[in-house]
Amino acid sequence: MEINGIAALLAVAIVAGTPLLYAAMGEVMAERSGILNLGVEGMMLVGAVSGFMVTIITGNHWIGILAAAGGGAVMAAIHAFITITLKGNQVVSGLALTIFGTGTSGFLGKNYVGMPAVDRFTPIDIPYLCDIPVLGTILFKHDAMVYLSILTAIVLWYILYRTSWGLSIRAVGENPAAADAVGISVSRVRYMATIIGGIMAGLGGAYLSLAYAPTWQESITAGRGWIAVALVIFALWNPLLAVAGSYLFGGVEALTFRIQTAGIHVSPFFLSMLPYLFTILVLVIVTIRRRQEAGVPAALGFPYDREER
Amino acid sequence: MNWRKLGIFLLMLVFAATMVVGCGDSQDNDAQAPDQSQQEEFKVGFIYIGAPGDAGWTFAHDQGRKYLEEQIPGIKTITLENVPEGADAERSIEQLVQEGCQVVIANSFGYGDPMLEVAKRYPDVSFLHCSGLSTADNVSTFFGRIYQARYLSGMIAGAMTETNKIGYAAAYAIPEVIRGINAFTLGVQAVNPDATVQVVWSNTWVDPTLEKQAAESLIAAGCDVLAQHADTPAVQQAAQDAGILSVGYNSDMRKFAPDANLTSPVWNWGPYYVRAISGIMDGTWESEAYWGGMVDGIVDLAPIADKVPTEVKDQVAAKKQEIIQGEWDVFMGPVKAQDGTVKVPEGQVMTDDEMLSMDWFVYGVEGTIE
Repeated sequence: MEINGIAALLAVAIVAGTPLLYAAMGEVMAERSGILNLGVEGMMLVGAVSGFMVTIITGNHWIGILAAAGGGAVMAAIHAFITITLKGNQVVSGLALTIFGTGTSGFLGKNYVGMPAVDRFTPIDIPYLCDIPVLGTILFKHDAMVYLSILTAIVLWYILYRTSWGLSIRAVGENPAAADAVGISVSRVRYMATIIGGIMAGLGGAYLSLAYAPTWQESITAGRGWIAVALVIFALWNPLLAVAGSYLFGGVEALTFRIQTAGIHVSPFFLSMLPYLFTILVLVIVTIRRRQEAGVPAALGFPYDREER
Repeated sequence: MNWRKLGIFLLMLVFAATMVVGCGDSQDNDAQAPDQSQQEEFKVGFIYIGAPGDAGWTFAHDQGRKYLEEQIPGIKTITLENVPEGADAERSIEQLVQEGCQVVIANSFGYGDPMLEVAKRYPDVSFLHCSGLSTADNVSTFFGRIYQARYLSGMIAGAMTETNKIGYAAAYAIPEVIRGINAFTLGVQAVNPDATVQVVWSNTWVDPTLEKQAAESLIAAGCDVLAQHADTPAVQQAAQDAGILSVGYNSDMRKFAPDANLTSPVWNWGPYYVRAISGIMDGTWESEAYWGGMVDGIVDLAPIADKVPTEVKDQVAAKKQEIIQGEWDVFMGPVKAQDGTVKVPEGQVMTDDEMLSMDWFVYGVEGTIE
């Protein structure tokens, strides 16, 4: 492949990785606070369908993504209520959320299936920068949602590692009892982090229905929510590493087709397997190293009960 | 006292009479009720793999259902959408029978075994299974020779390409899809022997984002006409965005890509449904494995775009007539395999069984069968 072909492939990798990036960043926030949310797929679907429907109704895709963020937030709030307030099992609640979201989105979107989007995100060529050879093609000819996702990753990283609020999130995820002792409201921090996760998953879903596809189809996410959950491990619970991981996973998705047209004989099934293989490898490496070093929140998956400390 | 005895006797007589009359009445009711429902309400149930709004496979079947309701007045149809294949389907099919459907139609391959199971329990109900393999006394299978329409759409694509590279975004490497690719390529080659058809597999029927990626990779490889065998209009939209041309599938996909779309091979299930249902209503229906062609109207080509030159349209119309008249069919020799060896010699025709199990590409296809 010549240089322009590689540039085009990398540009597609960024686009294919963006829905994963939104969802994975959101899940990083939730898991950092100790809440494992396996409902990402369901939240993405609700975000995708509410974003699409509101865009059709209002004719404006910006109002659409607000609705998508809202839809994701409502879904995450259900998970937060069950796991934080009621101290329910996080795995069960998350799985239920995925099934619930798949059903709800199919029900809501029934009359919108296959409709062309009336308004959508279209690529914006950033003046001057897009004329840079190679780099311009890769980075500066995308739609607003792509730029927004990179910006969000930086902001979330800054919040997590450079603000006291981020310190609270990490503290709650590592040792909720200690955080509680210094006066941090564990449930409030966890609620916020979980809902941020829902908003991000909603935006990731809306990226599919409003920018990439752009259409509504039942189960349009096609398992991307699960890839996002795997990506969080791959990214070692770090929003910036999630950027790299998403583009890598997106690149593999894009590569599946590029190598077919290039006449290279590799099974597409083998390529679709690769992201999961990487994830398993990372999981093995993370487990061999000490958990804390790798970034695994120590209290991940455990409900916090003040009476039990 | 006697008066009193007589009174009781008369009273008993009245009761007895009422009971007999009552029974008679209810027997009459029992006998008449099914008659009335048969005359006024013949119920047909549909099991759909998707939702009718998908602009694709299920949409085409639902158009057929509407046609059936128009053509046979008094018929009532019930639909169940998004029914998963497998064990759930058995419950859904049974549910339709319980609701009084005399015929149940299922529109996906995976409903075959559940349907045969339910059919055993209800020998008086008729079952029609689209794209299925096995029949029973009350279970028929039906499908159409969409490859005929694909050949014609290939002729149009072959005439319109400038780069001589045509892309084909295909779902799964199964005989149905391979047959479509081959028929399309034979059509392309018939009018433009220099053109090739590049195939990519998406391994999904319904995933607009993956289908769009497949389309974009074909565009990046230099294709200027795209065809598709999957159920969403994503490929059409990608062609529209890139300013190139496209051929749709399932239903007329012009509205998704008004500038790009040239035509679409389309399904037209209505006439088959009408024939089958009226046969079942008359009692003349017998179980069959139906594979209808253009002559039966079950497959067709959507209206051809204005930008296609008249002589191409005439050529396509002439070929269509030859197919309808039965003078010619797509897999009539000579047909060369991908490597150039003769697969079907001149003067021979592939049998239906050979076509239904096709697992090789014709000359002019670029790509491999995974």
